[in-house]
Amino acid sequence: MRAPGGSEVAVGDVLLSVESVSLSFGGVNAVSDVSFDIRKGEIRAIIGPNGAGKTSMLNVINGFYQPQQGRITFKGETRTKMRPYEAARGGIARTFQNVALFRGMTALDNIMAGRSLKMTKGFVWQLLRYGPAMAEEVAHRRRVEEIIDFLKIQEIRRTPVGRLPYGLQKRVELGRALAMEPELLLLDEPMAGMNMEEKEDMSRFVLDVNDHYGTTIALIEHDMGVVMDLSDRVVVLDHGIKIADGTPDEVKNNQAVIEAYLGVAH
Amino acid sequence: MAPNAAASADTFPKLLIRNAQLYGARPAMRHKDLGVWQTWTWAQVLEIVRAYAVGLNRLGLMRGETIAIVGGNRPKLYWSVMAAQILGAVPVPVYADAVADELAFVLAHAETRFAAVEDQEQVDKIMSVMERLPKLEEMVYDERRGLRDYDHSHLRPMDEIIAEGRKALADPSVAAWLDSEIAAGKGSDPSIILYTSGTTGASKGVVMTEERSIKAASDTVAFDHLNENDVALAYLPLAWVGDHYLNYAQGLVAGFCTACPESTDTAMADLREIGPTFYFAPPRTLEQLLTRVMIRMEDAGYLKRKMFRFFIGVARKYGERILNKQPVPLTGRLLYLLGELLVYGPLKNVLGLSRVRIALTAGEAIGPDLFAFYRSIGLNLKQFYGQTEAFLFLTAQPDGQIYSDTVGRTFPNVDLRIAENGEVQYKAPGMFAGYFKDDAKTAEVMTPDGYVKTGDAGFFDEKTGHLKIIDRAKDVGKLNDGTLFPPKYIENKLKFFPNIREAVAYGDKRDFVAVMINIDLTAVESWAERNNVAYGSYQELAGHPQVYDLIEQHVAEVNRSLAQDKKTAGAQIKRFLILHKELDADDGEITRTLKVRRGFVAERYAPLIKALYGGSKEADISTEVTFEDGRKGVISARVKIRDMKTEPVVPAPLEKAA
Repeated sequence: MRAPGGSEVAVGDVLLSVESVSLSFGGVNAVSDVSFDIRKGEIRAIIGPNGAGKTSMLNVINGFYQPQQGRITFKGETRTKMRPYEAARGGIARTFQNVALFRGMTALDNIMAGRSLKMTKGFVWQLLRYGPAMAEEVAHRRRVEEIIDFLKIQEIRRTPVGRLPYGLQKRVELGRALAMEPELLLLDEPMAGMNMEEKEDMSRFVLDVNDHYGTTIALIEHDMGVVMDLSDRVVVLDHGIKIADGTPDEVKNNQAVIEAYLGVAH
Repeated sequence: MAPNAAASADTFPKLLIRNAQLYGARPAMRHKDLGVWQTWTWAQVLEIVRAYAVGLNRLGLMRGETIAIVGGNRPKLYWSVMAAQILGAVPVPVYADAVADELAFVLAHAETRFAAVEDQEQVDKIMSVMERLPKLEEMVYDERRGLRDYDHSHLRPMDEIIAEGRKALADPSVAAWLDSEIAAGKGSDPSIILYTSGTTGASKGVVMTEERSIKAASDTVAFDHLNENDVALAYLPLAWVGDHYLNYAQGLVAGFCTACPESTDTAMADLREIGPTFYFAPPRTLEQLLTRVMIRMEDAGYLKRKMFRFFIGVARKYGERILNKQPVPLTGRLLYLLGELLVYGPLKNVLGLSRVRIALTAGEAIGPDLFAFYRSIGLNLKQFYGQTEAFLFLTAQPDGQIYSDTVGRTFPNVDLRIAENGEVQYKAPGMFAGYFKDDAKTAEVMTPDGYVKTGDAGFFDEKTGHLKIIDRAKDVGKLNDGTLFPPKYIENKLKFFPNIREAVAYGDKRDFVAVMINIDLTAVESWAERNNVAYGSYQELAGHPQVYDLIEQHVAEVNRSLAQDKKTAGAQIKRFLILHKELDADDGEITRTLKVRRGFVAERYAPLIKALYGGSKEADISTEVTFEDGRKGVISARVKIRDMKTEPVVPAPLEKAA
């Protein structure tokens, strides 16, 4: 329950804008001429039927794919080319549709891995685990423990993630992304393959992340109920083209969206 | 522990001050937070709780008022209890998993103006029933997460309250006022109101007083020789009498350290890290632990499995006797020593029980095998019997006198008697002061001469002098010849056999006892596989003559055990049958909490009951069943009935729990 007067996270300036981005693989147009923006502090959903280009769009945003055309402006810096590690340094973190964790490592180590960009001590120092390197590790561990506490996964701290059920693996992956303290968090189908209860838990965490850390979130999701509940604004893609953009209510009643989802009589 | 010091303090706040003086540098509380165990000494706890009390008082909490405590086992919630008691206010703990409706009932009934809660979840719950709680004014919370955007005009973090109190305490006049408040506390003041879970009707608020609580806790602390070096893990609900007694009251009296787990899910891992010396677990938890061990053993390598089996065998043979300090042959002793080195020691270590000195269980009947297992590996597990209203102990098993089917001797300073109708009644040092705002109900449970009725039926075992609890008093019936008929007692004895999943006993106002039995599919299936018994369906397996033979052995054993006591010998099972379908909650035959609805089952299977008492060898029955998708169908079967021989009443030699 949000108390009266208490505000949502202040939604403000544009954090990231996508302008006329096109991406094709050989002759297949994955994304054509799509423009939209993500504002600071909001939860932005990208939806669309299968093959609409949602994941491609996400991959363009964090530098996995290089668009053939168009521009992306993040925190006022415009670019056409960026490497994933540059995106990560710039404050973009993501999770993947198919969980991409280090399966043999514990949940704790996986999330610690998310801190590696923040570690300043060199390889040799870390190898020695002495003095300043130790102090640094302790400081990072503290942040990681806060995330573990936040996501309520204390009981699996020491469990290799390969042994965890799918829903928990997704949570660990979210934890690793959070460990980067991102400004923009990209979630690729965070609720795919989950049961009702797990979905509710994850929704709660997405809202809490947005609320507690003030993180801007862009998510791809298939479950319409979840999308409509969670997001502030929704952009709809179909066959690589943007067909709608607006609040959940606007999008829900958009004729093009209804046709894309239900099909049109020919 | 210095018993004199305990006796001189008649309230918990005074005990806290005593502990800060005697054990100032010793740990009072631990809590795992952000993966690290945090520790507070008695001196630190006293300082925090004093500041907290001043903070709460500035918020408006006054002597005699109530304050709800809602949440899990967290130091700040225990401190909320202490802080309230310092002010002479009465804490009212509520189960963390209570639904909003129950929460509303308790808070409204206790007329709380204040609530100390754990986190957003509890705040949301309370806010959702706000219109039913016109008296509630202020809430303080422990965990900040998710609450940032809430309206904070009547919602405050505990840390702030404590900090404000600390600042105010810098003024000597405030400190002096606080000292006078503590001194003003009397032993007759109510110390806490514990609401019963309400399995039988609406929940009642059981009012305890300071002095009686401390007296009762002093008795058990002395009985179990608890002292300031002991450690307990508080993992059972804060609002439950067990936690309040075993950890809070005993902790303050003995000055031992109470550790709070990181979260409910980590309790088992935390147990291992803390290595408590004092441990309580209900039978269900012990069973889960054992099952987990057994499953992991099945997955272990051949050699380990062999070794485990062998040494568990050794433990079964000698373990219990070694624990009871009875004579054991030298080879047995040596084998057991080796077993301790190779199996029991590591096993106890994994379970977090290595350092346990006193282990207690209570709450429901415990299976003899389960009980014997823990004792045989060297855990001094003992049963006790108690009640919220008695706060808490009525009987307990002294060292060396342990039997799985009794709950022990009457506790020192407890006056226990068995009424005409078999009901257990008592006077105890910790006895409650009454139900909060409910004199009628209080009068209902009191006898004219001042004893409290437990509602449980039981008797003193002739050979041992220990109490045996057999059933709820209202469920105990009588056979036509006047013999006592305790259905649950008989059913439990049957259910301790792994092959029997459920049993329903009949006999009230009948000539003899007859039971209907549900086989346990998993256990009987694996038995059938090993013994080449072919079957096509549950129904066929349940009706198989060899399965009947198997169950007959179990029933005969139960009869033998019933025959050992004059009081129960007449209630031996004369006839039984095996039901063709599993009793199912979907069909209303058992409750969702897996308790058999005896009356309903009797109606539904009326032809079978008729046949059981009519003397026929078999009976036809067709029952409607509900499938999981809600469709209904009919199952018909011909069910056979077996006659049983009854045993003569021969008191068997004393059987220890092994």
